[in-house]
Amino acid sequence: MSDQNEIPLWEVFIRPRNGLSHRHCGSLHAVDATMALNAARDVYTRRGEGQSIWIVPSADITASDPQEKDANFEPSESKIYRHPTFYEVPEEVGHM
Amino acid sequence: MGNDVLFETLLRLADNHLILGHRLSEWCGHAPMLEEDLAMPNIALDLIGQSRALYAYAAEIENQGRSEDDLAFLRLEKDYHNILMVERPNGDFGHTMLRQFLFSSFMVLFWERAQNSTDKVLSGIAGKAFKESQYHVRHTAEWIIRLGDGTEESHKRMTAATAALAPYIGELFEADAVDQSAISAGIIPRASDLRGAWETQVRSVYAEATLEPILDHQAQTGGRIGQHTEDMGFLLAQLQYVQRTYPNMTW
Amino acid sequence: MYSQGLIGADSSSEETPEFLAEFQKRIDREEKIEPNDPMPSGYRKTLVRQIGQHAHSEIVGMLPEGNWITRAPTLRRKIALLAKVQDEGGHGLYLYSAAETLGVSRKQMTEELLSGKAKYSSIFNYPTPTWADMGAIGWLVDGAAIMNQIPLCRCSYGPYARAMVRVCKEESFHQRQGYEIMISLAHGSPEQKEMAQDALNRWWWPSIMMFGPHDSDSTNSDQSMAWKIKRFSNDELRQKFIDATIPQAEYLGLTVPDPDLKWNPEKNDGKGGYDFGAIDWDEFWTVVKGGGKMNVDRITARQKAWDDGEWVRDAALAHAKKQTAKKASATLAAE
Repeated sequence: MSDQNEIPLWEVFIRPRNGLSHRHCGSLHAVDATMALNAARDVYTRRGEGQSIWIVPSADITASDPQEKDANFEPSESKIYRHPTFYEVPEEVGHM
Repeated sequence: MGNDVLFETLLRLADNHLILGHRLSEWCGHAPMLEEDLAMPNIALDLIGQSRALYAYAAEIENQGRSEDDLAFLRLEKDYHNILMVERPNGDFGHTMLRQFLFSSFMVLFWERAQNSTDKVLSGIAGKAFKESQYHVRHTAEWIIRLGDGTEESHKRMTAATAALAPYIGELFEADAVDQSAISAGIIPRASDLRGAWETQVRSVYAEATLEPILDHQAQTGGRIGQHTEDMGFLLAQLQYVQRTYPNMTW
Repeated sequence: MYSQGLIGADSSSEETPEFLAEFQKRIDREEKIEPNDPMPSGYRKTLVRQIGQHAHSEIVGMLPEGNWITRAPTLRRKIALLAKVQDEGGHGLYLYSAAETLGVSRKQMTEELLSGKAKYSSIFNYPTPTWADMGAIGWLVDGAAIMNQIPLCRCSYGPYARAMVRVCKEESFHQRQGYEIMISLAHGSPEQKEMAQDALNRWWWPSIMMFGPHDSDSTNSDQSMAWKIKRFSNDELRQKFIDATIPQAEYLGLTVPDPDLKWNPEKNDGKGGYDFGAIDWDEFWTVVKGGGKMNVDRITARQKAWDDGEWVRDAALAHAKKQTAKKASATLAAE
C-alpha cells in the first residue's frame, strides 16, 4: 500500500464499557486521525458497542513474525513451574 | 396560547427534520467513500427519528385522529412548513455537507435552549436531539475544513456551495406571529438570539476552511407558510408515492 | 447479503506437496489461519476472490433496496430500510478490511469491480419495481444469505470468520424486517396481496440460485470444502433454505412459483424435506455474464459514486498532507 493516493488504513479498538480493556474490532480507511475517530464511531458503534475508541494507523503496527512463532512461544510452554498446578499443597490446607 | 400554536410549532420543526433527513437519505449507497456511506445515514436516521417524535407529539396535540404518518405523508405541499434550505437538492457532497453544517450549527443552539422549554415533551425531545446534533456539527465541520482547504477544485466547489446556500440562511432566524407566540409562551427559544453564537461557530470553521463567509445575503423565505421552491413538489412525489397511489392501507 | 456461488476462482497452488500437506493438517486440526501465516497461494487467491465477491455483493446490494428509501410508505419502514441498507455498507466495509489482510487494497478491489473483472452476486441485477420487493428481498434474499453466512463464521481464515460473526449478528434483524413487510402486504388489501405474490414470483427462483450451481457442476467446491473456507455444499444449503422457507410462505398465504414443489418424507435421511423443480441455469449464467435487467445500471451507479467522490477523497488527502507538512516544519523550527 505504498500508493500515495490511497487513503490510509486504520485499526479500531473499542472499549465496550468501563472496566474492560479496548479490544480490536476491525479496520477502516480515513485520511487522518480525526476522520478515523469519526468514522470508527459511525461504523463500529451503531448498536451501542462502545464507550471509548482508539484508532491506530495500520502501518504503525509492528507484528511478530509467524515464522518465528516456535522460537518465540514454544520455550514458555515447557516452563510449567510458572503455573500453580506445578506445586503440591496437601488437601487439608484447603484452597490456596 | 392555544394548542394550534404548539401544533404548528411542532409541525415546522418536524417538517425541517423529515425533509432534510429525506434529502440526506438520497445519498445512501452513493457516497464518496464507504465510511461516509455509513456516516450520512447515521445523521439521516437521527433527523428522521427526531421528526417522528415531533409528528407523534403533534398528532397527539392536534387530537383529530391523525397519526404521525398521516402528518408526514398526507398533506399538500403548501401544508409542509419547513424552511427552504432543507428542501434544496443535494448538489455535490460539499454542498450537502455545508447545508447540514449550517442547519445543525443552528439546531444545536436551538435544542440546547429548548431543553428548558415550558413544554415538557418538547424539552425531552430537545435533550436527545441536542446530543445528536452536536455530532452532526462535528462531522460536517471536519469535512468543510478539509474540502475548503484541500485542493484548488475542492476550494472552488466549496466557494460555490457557500454562495448557493447563502440565500437560505436568513430564514433560520425568522420569527412570524406563530413563532412569537411560542417564544412568549417559553416553548421555543428566540431564533434571532442564537444568531451571534451561530455566526461565531460558522465563521471559525469557514476560516479554518479558508472560505469567505457569505452570511448576510438577502434571504429567500416563505417555507414557514408553505411557499416552496420548485424542488419540493418532486421531493413529495417520491415521499408520498406509495401512500398516494394506494390510499387507506396499512404498510 | 451474499451468494455462495463463487465464480471463476483459481485454487491451484505452486507450493511443494509437503507444504500443502502440512497446511492441510493445520486446517484439519481446526486451527485458524491468520494473515501473516504461511499459506498456499491457491488458498490466498480463493479467499481474495471470495471475500472480494462477498464485499462487492454487499456494496452493489445497497442499490436495489436504496431504490426505495425515499419512497418507503411509513416513517417506521423508512427508518428500518435506511438502517438496513446502511448495515450492508458496513458489511462491505468489514469484508474489504478482511480481504485487505491478504495484501489487496480496497482501491484495487473497487477498480476490479468497476472494470467488470470482479463479480458480485447476480441477485442484485434484478430490479425492484414495487415496495413489496423490499419485503421479498429481506425475507428471501437475506434468508438465503444467512444460510450461507452462518457457516462462514467458522471459516478457517480468521479475519473472514471474525467479519462474518459481526455481519451475522447485525443481519439478524434484516430477514425479520422483510418478513414483517410481507405479512403487512399478504394480510392487507387485494392490491397489496397481489403485489406480495408478484414479488415472490420474481424473487423465488433467483433466491434459489443464490446458492450457486449444483454440487456436481461446482468446480471449486471440493477444494474450498477441504480448506474449510466452505462448510456445506451448495445443494445442502439450498435444501435447508427451501425447507425453512416453505412454511413461512404458507403462513403468508402466498404461492411459491414451483409446480413441482412437493413434501417428500424420505428426504434428509427420513426427516423429510421438499422436492423442487428444475432450476433454469441458463437464466443464471445469462445474468452472471451481464445480461440481467440491471447489470449495466448497477455498475454505472457504482462508477458514478466513485467518480463523483474523487474530488472529495483528493481534497481530504491533500488537506492531511498539508497538515503533516505544517507539523513537520513547526517541529523543525522548534529544534
